[in-house]
Amino acid sequence: MSTLLFLLFVVGIPLYGTYKKINVFDAFISGAKQGFETTIGIVPHLVAMLVAIGMLRASGFFDSMSHVLGPLLDKIGMPVDVLPLALIRPFSGSAANGVLVDIIHQHGGNSYVSYLAATIMGSTETTFYVIAVYFGVVNIRFTRHAIPAGLIADFIGIVASVVVCHYLFGYLK
Amino acid sequence: MLNIIWLLLICTSVVFGVINHQLDAVVAAVTISAKVAFELVLGLTGIMVFWLGLMRIAEACGLVQLIAKGLRPILIRLFPEVPAEHPAMGEMVMNMSANMLGLVNAATPLGLKAMKSLETLNTYPGIATNPMCTFLAINTSSIQLIPVSAMAYLAAGGGMHPTDIIGSGLLASTCSTVAAIIAVKLLARLSCFNKVYS
Repeated sequence: MSTLLFLLFVVGIPLYGTYKKINVFDAFISGAKQGFETTIGIVPHLVAMLVAIGMLRASGFFDSMSHVLGPLLDKIGMPVDVLPLALIRPFSGSAANGVLVDIIHQHGGNSYVSYLAATIMGSTETTFYVIAVYFGVVNIRFTRHAIPAGLIADFIGIVASVVVCHYLFGYLK
Repeated sequence: MLNIIWLLLICTSVVFGVINHQLDAVVAAVTISAKVAFELVLGLTGIMVFWLGLMRIAEACGLVQLIAKGLRPILIRLFPEVPAEHPAMGEMVMNMSANMLGLVNAATPLGLKAMKSLETLNTYPGIATNPMCTFLAINTSSIQLIPVSAMAYLAAGGGMHPTDIIGSGLLASTCSTVAAIIAVKLLARLSCFNKVYS
């Protein structure tokens, strides 16, 4: 099923593009070029976050945390490892990307924790950043209910990810 | 803000390193993690470049416009304060369509334009309007049809079925978007968020 879906993207999009009379190779290259710059651009963020998280892991912080929060997080089905992602996500997309890459590196690309982290990444946003930038351009000083609504959305996104992954990928646990 | 969090992460690791007698490991982690970070990017770049190239083809095909067509009727109902033919409506539709495809670079300029157009409808400059808050709430809850980068990370990490997260991401982000809309509509009525007008 997922192999088919994968092929649908890889073959389907270029075929549809050709049908739409687009030079698919040129389009691919221009997008890929930008993708290359984006990926290289995340190196500083990745180093900053991975070093900080790596230090934190080595310090035994997560082990201590799982003793304290473990039983509570277990109840809602959230592994301790995805906690840093949930905490950093509202502030910085690049930093959250760094944490996600770290989680996948630690647990492997086929693990439950990685799937959950990737799902959380897709269903939440850098709320504070978006609000700062979007209100910034129109000089809004009173943001009223925008921040609480955005944070509620992020929180529900995380809870929904935990529930959805539990049912869809529970067999990986 | 990230400033404080980053500093906190580093300081916490030193404190816990002392408590758990792991200070040597903490110091070693600096070198190892920095090295791993760069190696990860090398492993990631190929697949990331491939997906973003593919998404550019999809963008050129008019996929954004296709989604915009479907979104428009929904948005007209969500923004009763914005006239259906106002430029802000079109810009918000395009911004959300681009966001759904994970085209952040295309989405942000459209979103900022939409905010400027919404500001022209604002009778109290400096105070956020209800449509602005609704727009941002939907924006920060992000329905994602194709989580391109998360899929690329999984694939680079040896994932056999990275497309599996399309389904889970879609379900979870639909929940968060519905929650965002309900929250923003309910919160708009609370008196504490309307005090600024008096």
